[in-house]
Amino acid sequence: MSHLLELDHVTKRYPVGGLFSRQSIKAVDDVSFALDADRPEIFAIVGESGSGKSTMAKMILGNEVPDGGRLVFDGLDIGTIRSREQREAFMAKVQPVFQNPFEAFNPLTPVDAYLFATAHRFCGANDQSHKERLTDEALQRVGLSLAEIKGRFSHELSGGQLQRVAVARALIPSPKLIVADEPVSMVDASLRMSIVNLFRALRDELKVSIIYITHDLATAYYISDRVIIMQKGVVIESGDARTVLDNPTHPYSIALKNAVLPPDPKAAAAAIRLRSAAAAR
Amino acid sequence: MTAAMTTERPVTQAADVLTIRDLKAYYINDLFGVRREVRAVDGISLTVRRNEIYGIAGESSSGKTSLIKTIAGAIRPPMRVVDGSVSFDFGGKHIDVYAEPGKMKAARWQNLSYIMQGSMSVLNPVRRIKHAFNNFAFRHMGLDRAAFRARVESHLQKLGLDPNVLEAFPHQLSGGMRQRVTIALATVCEPEFIIADEPTTALDVLVQQDVLGLIKEVQERLGSSVVFVTHDMSVHAAITDRLAIMYAGRLAEEAPTQAMFDTPQHPYTAHLIASLPRIGDISTRKSLGGKPPSLANPPSGCRFHPRCPIAIDRCSKEVPDMLPSAIGGRVACFRAGEVAVK
Amino acid sequence: MFKVLRDLLRYNREFLFGTLLILIILGLVVASFFAPYDEMMTYAVIPDMPPGPEYWLGTNSRGQDMFWQLAASMRNTLMFGLVVAIISRIIAIVVGLVSGYVGGKTDQIIMAFNDTLGALPNIPILLLLVFVMRDQMTWGVLALTAALLGWTHDSRLIRSAALSLRTREFTRHAAFSGMRTGQVLFREHLPYVMPIVFFTTMNNLIWAIGLEVTLSILGFSDINRPTIGGMIYWANAHSAMVAGIWWWIAVPMLAVVILFLGLFLLAMSVNEYIDPRSRLARMGA
Repeated sequence: MSHLLELDHVTKRYPVGGLFSRQSIKAVDDVSFALDADRPEIFAIVGESGSGKSTMAKMILGNEVPDGGRLVFDGLDIGTIRSREQREAFMAKVQPVFQNPFEAFNPLTPVDAYLFATAHRFCGANDQSHKERLTDEALQRVGLSLAEIKGRFSHELSGGQLQRVAVARALIPSPKLIVADEPVSMVDASLRMSIVNLFRALRDELKVSIIYITHDLATAYYISDRVIIMQKGVVIESGDARTVLDNPTHPYSIALKNAVLPPDPKAAAAAIRLRSAAAAR
Repeated sequence: MTAAMTTERPVTQAADVLTIRDLKAYYINDLFGVRREVRAVDGISLTVRRNEIYGIAGESSSGKTSLIKTIAGAIRPPMRVVDGSVSFDFGGKHIDVYAEPGKMKAARWQNLSYIMQGSMSVLNPVRRIKHAFNNFAFRHMGLDRAAFRARVESHLQKLGLDPNVLEAFPHQLSGGMRQRVTIALATVCEPEFIIADEPTTALDVLVQQDVLGLIKEVQERLGSSVVFVTHDMSVHAAITDRLAIMYAGRLAEEAPTQAMFDTPQHPYTAHLIASLPRIGDISTRKSLGGKPPSLANPPSGCRFHPRCPIAIDRCSKEVPDMLPSAIGGRVACFRAGEVAVK
Repeated sequence: MFKVLRDLLRYNREFLFGTLLILIILGLVVASFFAPYDEMMTYAVIPDMPPGPEYWLGTNSRGQDMFWQLAASMRNTLMFGLVVAIISRIIAIVVGLVSGYVGGKTDQIIMAFNDTLGALPNIPILLLLVFVMRDQMTWGVLALTAALLGWTHDSRLIRSAALSLRTREFTRHAAFSGMRTGQVLFREHLPYVMPIVFFTTMNNLIWAIGLEVTLSILGFSDINRPTIGGMIYWANAHSAMVAGIWWWIAVPMLAVVILFLGLFLLAMSVNEYIDPRSRLARMGA
C-alpha cells in the first residue's frame, strides 16, 4: 500500500524576538500522518488561529521547508525540490485553493489569465483553442463555463463563483492532491455549501484527495473522512471524522465542539449562557 | 401595531428607540466618464425597541453595512441619503439624524456607541488603553479625572476585565481581550443604543462565545438596545431577539428570532437556515444557484426572484411590500410561508 | 480615452492648468522645427533688441532671436530630460520589482549596490566625467550617465511596494498557475507600482532638467547647442544683467518655471486617474 502523502515527524520553528534572541516557537510540532494513494479522501486539519494549520498547508505545498522530519509526496521528499522542472512537476500534482477568492485573484487581471497560464504550463497547451478547451472542461466540472467568465474581473463575480473558478484552475493539471486553506470562510453563506459539496464531488468523481484546513467543525464534520485537531502546533486528537467529532476526548476538542453555535436560537443562547457562567466561576 | 407583536421578553417601555422610515441611501459616482448609481439601501423601514438586540443579517453587498452607516449618520460622499428619515428617541430626547445633524453629534458616544470588527481601528497601537478611554469617554461623563478613572475601573471589573489593562498597550493583549476592551469602551457611558458591526467575525470560535456572552450581559444590565450586524446566522440565533434579513438593499423578512428559525416565511430566509451545517447531521445541504445581485443593476420586481426556487411570474414584475407575516413579523414575498425548513 | 480626457479636463482644475502650461511648452517645441534660421547661428538679427512687436521676446547680444532660441532650447532640454527619465525608469522598475519579489540574499546584494550608488554625489561625478571626456562629451553620453545615476531612490520605493505585493495571495496563486517570475512581475505587479513610476518620472524629469541647467550654466556642456541652461550661461558670459538685457535671463527662467509647474500639475492629476484604488473604484469593485 503506497502513500500519496506522508508526513513523518514534521516540525517547523519560527524565530521570535529580536535580532539577538535565539528563542523560537514551534508552529508545527512533531506531526505525522499519511494519505493513502488508492483511497481518495477529504482530510480535515482543524484548529484555531495559531494552531499551525496554515504552516502545515505551506509545508505541504512546498512553500516552507520543515526544520525536522520529512514530507514525502508520491515518493519525493518535498523539502529536496530545488530545480524549476522538479518544482513544476510537483505543482502539477499538488494544487492549492486559497482562503479569500478576492485576494487570490489580482483585481487588475482578468480571472481567465490564471486558468490559461495553468493550462499552458502544466498541460503544454500552446495555442489559444487548446487552452480554452482545457479551461472550459475544468470549469464545466465545477458548474461554470468559460463563456461565463471569459474576460471577467474578480469583482464582477461573486465570492462563490470565484472560489469555484479557483477550484477549476487547480483541477486543470489533473492534480492528485488539493490543499484548501479555509476555502469557505470568506464565501457568503448562501453559496458556501456549493463549494463544500463541490469538494465532495471531486473526491467521489475525480478521485482527488483533499486536505481541508478549517476552523469550522461543522463543515469539517459535514464533508471530511478523517480529521486531526491541532492546538499550538500539536495534534491533540485524530481519527475518523465522525467518531472524533461526535465524541471528542481531549478537553480542547470538547471545548471547540461546544463553541460551535448550533443554528437554533434556544440551544445557542443556552450555549452562550453556559460559557459565561463557566467563565464567571 | 408594533406593540402588538409577540416578543419573548416583557416590554418594559413600549417606545421605539430607533425609527427608520422608507430610507433610501445611494452611492452616486460620476468619475472619468463612468456614471454609477449603487442603491445600497433602497426603501427600508424598521423600528428598534428599547431593551432588545435587533439583528441584521445579510450577505456581502446586501447593503447591511451601508444601512448601519446611515443609521449612525456616518455617511460621506459619494453616498447620499436620497429619501426617508432616521430618528432616535433617547428617553424623550428626539433626534432626526438627517434633519438635525448637530444634535446627532452631541448624542454620539453618550447615547449611541459602536463596537466594530477590527479593534485596532479604535485603539491607537502606540498609546496605552487608558488614552482611548480618555479620548472617547471623558468629555461625555462630566466627572473629574479621579472619579472618571474609578468609574472606568469599576466598569471594567463588571465586565470581568482586570483594571490593569488600562496601562497596557493594545499589542500586549490578545485579539479577544482587545475586543472586550472595545466593548468596555463602547459601554462605559452606558449608552441607550449600541451598534455592533460584525464584532465577532475575526475572532476564534472560543473567544467568539465569550464576546457574545459579554455583549448580551452588558445589554441586559444597561437595558440598552443593540443593533447587531453579522452575516453569520448562528451568531444571530445565539444573541438576537428580533432579526431582519437584508437582500440586495431591501428587507426580505423581519421576525422574532426564534419564530424565524422555526418557521421562516421568506424562501431566502428558509434557505439560509436550512443550509447551515451542524455536527451530528451529514445530510446533503443544498446551496442556492446564481449569484447575489449587483446593487448597481438589481433585478426587476422582487430582487430574489432569479434565485428563488418558488418564483412565479408576478415576482419578476412587481415589488412585494413588507406585510405582516404569520409569525408576528413582516415579510416581503408573494408566496410567504410556502417553503418549509427540512 | 476621449471621455477620460474630457472628464479630467472638466473636473480636475489641476489637469486643466497643467495641460495649458504644457501646451505652451509643446507649442515652443513644435515651433522650433519651423525656425527661420539655424539655431546655432549668431548675429542673424539685430543684437540687444528689447521684447516688442518685431522680436516678441527680444534679441540677445549674440544677435539671436530669443523666441527661436527658447524654442530650440526647450526642445533640447526636454529631450534630455525625457531620455534620462525613460532610461532611469526602466532600470528602477526592473531592479525594484526583481529585488522585492525575489527577496532573500539577492535582494540584500541588489540593495547594497543600490544604496552605494545612491550615496555617491552626482554633480562631482558628472564634472569628473566632463573633464575626462572633454570633446567626446555629447548630450547623449551625458544623458546616459545621468540616467545611470538617477534611479536608485526610485527603485527602493518600487521595491518596498513589491515587497508587500509579494505576500499578497494572488502572487502565490500566480506562481501555482505556473506563471514565471517575469510574468508575475510585469503582468501582476507592474500595474500596482505605476503610480510610483508616474510620480517619480515627474520628479526625475525635474531633477534631470535641473542637472542639465546646472551643468550648462557652469559651461560644462556643449555650449553651442542651445539649451535652457546654455541660454543662462551665455547671458552671464555677456553680463546681461549689468548691461540691462534683463530679458535674456528672464525668458529662460520663466520658461523653466512654466515647465516645472505644468509637469507637477499634470503628474498630480493623472496620478489620481492611474492609481489602482481609483481605477478599481471606477471598475466598480
